[in-house]
Amino acid sequence: MESTMTDIAIIGGGPAGLSAAINVIARGKSTRVFSTKNNYLERAARVDNYLGMEAVNGAAMMESFRQHAKSLGAKLETGKIITILPVSNYFMLNFNGTIVQAKTVILAIGAAKQKALPGEKQFLGQGVSYCATCDGMMYRGKKAIVYGLADEAVLEANHLQQIGVNVTFVSAKQRPADLAGAVQFISGAITAIEGETIVQAVKVNETSIETDVVFILRNVIVPTALCKGLNLQDGFLAVNRDMETNIPGIFACGDCNGKPLQIAKAVGEGLIAAQQASKYIDDQKK
Amino acid sequence: MGIIHPSTKDFDQLLQANEVVLVDFWATWCGPCLMLAPIIEEISKKYEGKAVVAKVDVDVERALAEHYQIMSIPTVLVFKKGKLAGREIGAAAASVYEAMIEKAL
Repeated sequence: MESTMTDIAIIGGGPAGLSAAINVIARGKSTRVFSTKNNYLERAARVDNYLGMEAVNGAAMMESFRQHAKSLGAKLETGKIITILPVSNYFMLNFNGTIVQAKTVILAIGAAKQKALPGEKQFLGQGVSYCATCDGMMYRGKKAIVYGLADEAVLEANHLQQIGVNVTFVSAKQRPADLAGAVQFISGAITAIEGETIVQAVKVNETSIETDVVFILRNVIVPTALCKGLNLQDGFLAVNRDMETNIPGIFACGDCNGKPLQIAKAVGEGLIAAQQASKYIDDQKK
Repeated sequence: MGIIHPSTKDFDQLLQANEVVLVDFWATWCGPCLMLAPIIEEISKKYEGKAVVAKVDVDVERALAEHYQIMSIPTVLVFKKGKLAGREIGAAAASVYEAMIEKAL
């Protein structure tokens, strides 16, 4: 389990995360930026209220942000952070199954727009999972539903099938072309997760389908699933003016902190989080 | 004593013989389990003589994992006088496990 220690791990490569990255670098700290491919700004047709960039296209704006961060030496890495674990005076992060260590963490994970499904919280860890690569081996020879709400869900479904799980893929869209042939497909939405003490079935299009596990794969992981014990307020991360969460050493910026869900606010909060995280490291040395 | 690695066969005996037992269900392929390992080790040192800390590899002791309905790992169980007193699913900070043990002591 060898890995080198990064000063500041930034989770999220949108405006908040990249703003944090350039400001962390400006303070002479090392950083790694972890992000999924999904980004709301990338898909915005036109942005009209960002100072100095008139009527700009969202994808062009993201590209310019990325170029700026890269030109200063920011390392942008694609993939999912699944767990953050506070250990005495540092953090361990599970990045696609490999372990990354960091002195502090800045969350810039965006807003989760989906609501939890009925039964989702109740059965978490008892047949509800957010990570096929983590829990898949527990279900070899058993039945699994993969609820594909994110692009990467297809890869996770194929992985499960490959290790010997009997997989059914559920998605409101058409059967994805790259879904492995052996994986069954149901077009529809999951409306409820059913069972007594553990998951026994999911309801799709008003029909109950028996299963041992349901993997719910969204683009954005709810922050409390990412790191246990984080305080929320109205469904968003609770932070103070210094962008500190209730867990010392974890900061948050951008849409995950709540409204307004705007680029200028995200960039501003990214700056504060970067400065405060840097200060946190300097204070620890004293 | 350090961390012990009980088999399915001697698990009940372990619970009967000790007042408070913490059991970490894990596997070699599980990233979060490896993250949790140093925390569990610290706890075993901190509670030496007060609580027994055990690890169960779910791939080796499948029957035991099934018996306790371990469906996601890591899962940590705390037993008091042989009875299940606490269950924590997913890797958590040391303070979470310490609170579980303190409550059972």
